[in-house]
Amino acid sequence: MEKVTGTDTLKRGLAQMLKGGVIMDVVTPEQAKIAEDAGACAVMALERVPADIRAQGGVARMADPEHILKIMDAVTIPVMAKCRIGHFVEAQILEALGVDFIDESEVLTPADEEHHIDKRKFKVPFVCGCRNLGEALRRIAEGAAMIRTKGEAGTGNVVEAVRHMRAVWDEIRRLQNMPEEELMAAAKQMGAPYELVKEVARLGRLPVVNFAAGGIATPADAALMMQLGADGVFVGSGIFKSENPPKRARAIVEAVTHYNDPDILARISRNLGEPMPGIIISAIPAEQRMAQRGW
Amino acid sequence: MPRRSYKFKIGVLALQGAFREHIEMLQSLGVETVEVRLPHHLDGLDGIIIPGGESTSIGRIGERYGLLEPLREWALQGKAMWGTCAGMILMAKDVGMDQPILGVMDITVLRNAFGRQKDSFEVDLKIPALDAVSTRREKGKPFHAIFIRAPVISSVGPGVEILATLDDGTIVAAQQGNMLATAFHPELTNDTRFHRYFLEVVRRTR
Repeated sequence: MEKVTGTDTLKRGLAQMLKGGVIMDVVTPEQAKIAEDAGACAVMALERVPADIRAQGGVARMADPEHILKIMDAVTIPVMAKCRIGHFVEAQILEALGVDFIDESEVLTPADEEHHIDKRKFKVPFVCGCRNLGEALRRIAEGAAMIRTKGEAGTGNVVEAVRHMRAVWDEIRRLQNMPEEELMAAAKQMGAPYELVKEVARLGRLPVVNFAAGGIATPADAALMMQLGADGVFVGSGIFKSENPPKRARAIVEAVTHYNDPDILARISRNLGEPMPGIIISAIPAEQRMAQRGW
Repeated sequence: MPRRSYKFKIGVLALQGAFREHIEMLQSLGVETVEVRLPHHLDGLDGIIIPGGESTSIGRIGERYGLLEPLREWALQGKAMWGTCAGMILMAKDVGMDQPILGVMDITVLRNAFGRQKDSFEVDLKIPALDAVSTRREKGKPFHAIFIRAPVISSVGPGVEILATLDDGTIVAAQQGNMLATAFHPELTNDTRFHRYFLEVVRRTR
């Protein structure tokens, strides 16, 4: 019997296996082990977490392949890595390394200010950020196998993640309640392919898994995003910029499993040490807001 | 086979992973389902499915919330249990790594046996055991199997029946009494035969 690889089912299927889980940013093999031991369902291999990228400025690029390979060697869970928006050669390199998922990420400095990567050309699945349903559906049409709401990475402030998750669900609910003849105009208005708009109206959800990202710093933040309809969460700076990363990592993993159980959330939120310091979004100059990158 | 009704309550372990897909498929067959996150959620269930996901995540969360021991008890009492992918890893006696598992099924499992995500694949399998639950139209039809960073069964003990292999003989599905293990994901297809097969196992245990 013939084996087939690189299909949409396989790409979207891996994202389905990550659901109900926490994907943690790590910058060393040791941090990757801490994440795995805490129960993370995947790690994102980086050279710098978003909070440091934000603080240090300059051009942020794909990590050194050597660095990513060391993290891949350290753990058995899937390893993701980031490439710049539109930088399809960074993506080719990440695919050649054998990473399990590529994040075409606004956290890095965009390489193309008009076009995203044609992700259908790759066998490895991609995750992309969105702020609203139109952006999510454009990325899915380009071949993204997973979506995450962008939030505002490296801030420890969940407000943008909430805004983006609410926006996606508000628009999904609006499509569901629309008579079919209005879907074409809705597609035009949100700049999304008509077929995907119809599919979302029929399913009542995105056709791919949708995680929350950008600003999640506490178990309560993680459970909030789950109750708002996320399939799982990415935690970037929130764990390894906090006082006690192993303990906080475990607590956030448990908060995603038990997101609907306030008694458990109350127990696991105790004595976690200092969270990462947060940033008020209005204090960030407009050109430094990462969520606005991507089109 | 005429469509039979299933008056069972089936739990799906919902610590992490693709539990919703199993629940949707069971509900499409008219089965009552329960998401299992804490030990008392096992009360009154007729069968349990351990879904795909990350076996280390599921194992570690299960360990912290006291679920591993009751699940071992469950299997030892001969109640029906089915693990897909990560679930199969958790059921195996030996996974060659230090991670929390149930260790209830007499199989040795090799994790990520085919490599990384780019080596994930789909393939049609012959699974003769499914004929027992097949309609006339389904009989003999191959089962479309989805392998995602999949494990394989590298060896089986004496009481274990092999249900499916790849062309090269690699074991990818097995049964020991009322325990089922599949390296692939029937819950990601539209083919309900494997779920119906499990429900017949459940029926026998009642």
